[in-house]
Amino acid sequence: MIVERPKLTFWDRIYMPQILKGLWITLKHIPMKRFTRQYPEEKPPLPERYRGVPTLVRDPDRRVKCVACQLCEFVCPPTAITVVPGDRAGICSDGNVEKEPEDFIIDMGRCIYCGLCQEACPEEAIFLKKDYAMASYSREQMKLHKEKLLEMGGIHDDRICKWKKK
Amino acid sequence: MWNDPVILEWVFIVVKIGVIFGLLLTIVPYTVLAERRICAWMQDRVGPNRVGFQGVLQPIADGLKLMFKEDMLPDHVHKVLFTLAPALVFMPSLMILAVIPWGSAIGPMKCVLSDMNAGMLFALALASFTVYGIALAGWSSNSKYPFLGGVRSVAQMISYEVCLGLSLVPIFMQTGSLNLGVIVGYQTQHGWLALYNPLSCFIFITSVFAECNRTPFDLAEAEQELVSGYNIEYSSLKFGLFYLGEYANMMVASALVTTLFLGGWSLPFAPFNAPAVHIWVGLAHVLIFVAKVCSVLFLFIWVRWTVPRFRYDQLMALGWKVLLPLALVNILVVAGILACKANL
Repeated sequence: MIVERPKLTFWDRIYMPQILKGLWITLKHIPMKRFTRQYPEEKPPLPERYRGVPTLVRDPDRRVKCVACQLCEFVCPPTAITVVPGDRAGICSDGNVEKEPEDFIIDMGRCIYCGLCQEACPEEAIFLKKDYAMASYSREQMKLHKEKLLEMGGIHDDRICKWKKK
Repeated sequence: MWNDPVILEWVFIVVKIGVIFGLLLTIVPYTVLAERRICAWMQDRVGPNRVGFQGVLQPIADGLKLMFKEDMLPDHVHKVLFTLAPALVFMPSLMILAVIPWGSAIGPMKCVLSDMNAGMLFALALASFTVYGIALAGWSSNSKYPFLGGVRSVAQMISYEVCLGLSLVPIFMQTGSLNLGVIVGYQTQHGWLALYNPLSCFIFITSVFAECNRTPFDLAEAEQELVSGYNIEYSSLKFGLFYLGEYANMMVASALVTTLFLGGWSLPFAPFNAPAVHIWVGLAHVLIFVAKVCSVLFLFIWVRWTVPRFRYDQLMALGWKVLLPLALVNILVVAGILACKANL
């Protein structure tokens, strides 16, 4: 292949006009708008269906929605979720629900934020929130337990109220 | 006791040394900060703005960081030369500042440490001294990238030193002196030499960019090809001294450009166009000098973040085939004009 070399004019060859042009461009950029986002103070806008940290939610009656069916544990690709099932004794006024997790552990060091747990959950008890900065100082701290997950999840404004219809 | 002229002379010398160190050690760290912030602005970024108001304490943080880094001395280096090299880069700039008049006079004190008649020769001789530091750093590091960086830098600096010296000959012919104080004095009466001799000014500034290893001539520390050239093996304060030396050289170069071409401490109107009688005018002269130096430093930074690096053969071609003939022709033309003027 023959590369066509461009014919340079005298002004191209002495190079100075182009340098001055470049200097003018960089000077123009000094007062221009900055594109830096001052991160910890200024959070980026997240899309509507952003997948952040998975959390457990309560229903409007403040009951833990999770029934410890362990489907999320089975579907979780990196096996980040561990559910310790236990009896739901005297907490649920409707007699339909028998179990609730004694502990619910999500290892954020393993989680890949795929959202399959949310899709698999038959009770709509696990939701991916928009928080994403989940760093901590040790592997142990990366494991989020039931209390922490419930605290982050908060109360889900449930329009279906499956338990009431049973 | 204070009226004794000998003691007074000594006090003045100490004060002048203090001022030179003070100027250097405040301007240099803030040039680094200015470099980082201006480069950021030119790239539509913000730059370091967290330490102190708008980042004004950043240089202190940087200095502390450098101090507390581990001072590594690799096994394969030549220990003596390796330790000596950073000092050799930094020292000449300090010494050149001794002959640069940084003001006219404050009271009875002349604002130049050493008012020597061969001042500019002294400065040129010391300016070429920096190359030893870099060459030694490259050589004593005893590994390939520093060596290549050192070799490049030596070739580059020696080439551009020729133009550097030759570009100044017209100035010497016109002012008839090598004394920087006299050169500034000439400019206070006749106007800035940059206006008489723009070509000299241009060649000098270009060569000075090359001498300071600044972009577009930063072949010696081309990050992409040589990682960072001659200072790869350095860490902690030794690296800090290189860094300081680089910016100190830049500042000295700016001071030289100011003194030689931009009228030094003077402005072209009264009361700033004559040596100061009143003490406040004297202080104003120092401020004018510092302001001019800062403007030239801005030019350095501005060019660095605009112009890409030259290829090695382009660098050599520019030095030997363009700037050197230009400087020689410039000498002849100026000599011709001066001769005509003298005979008329």
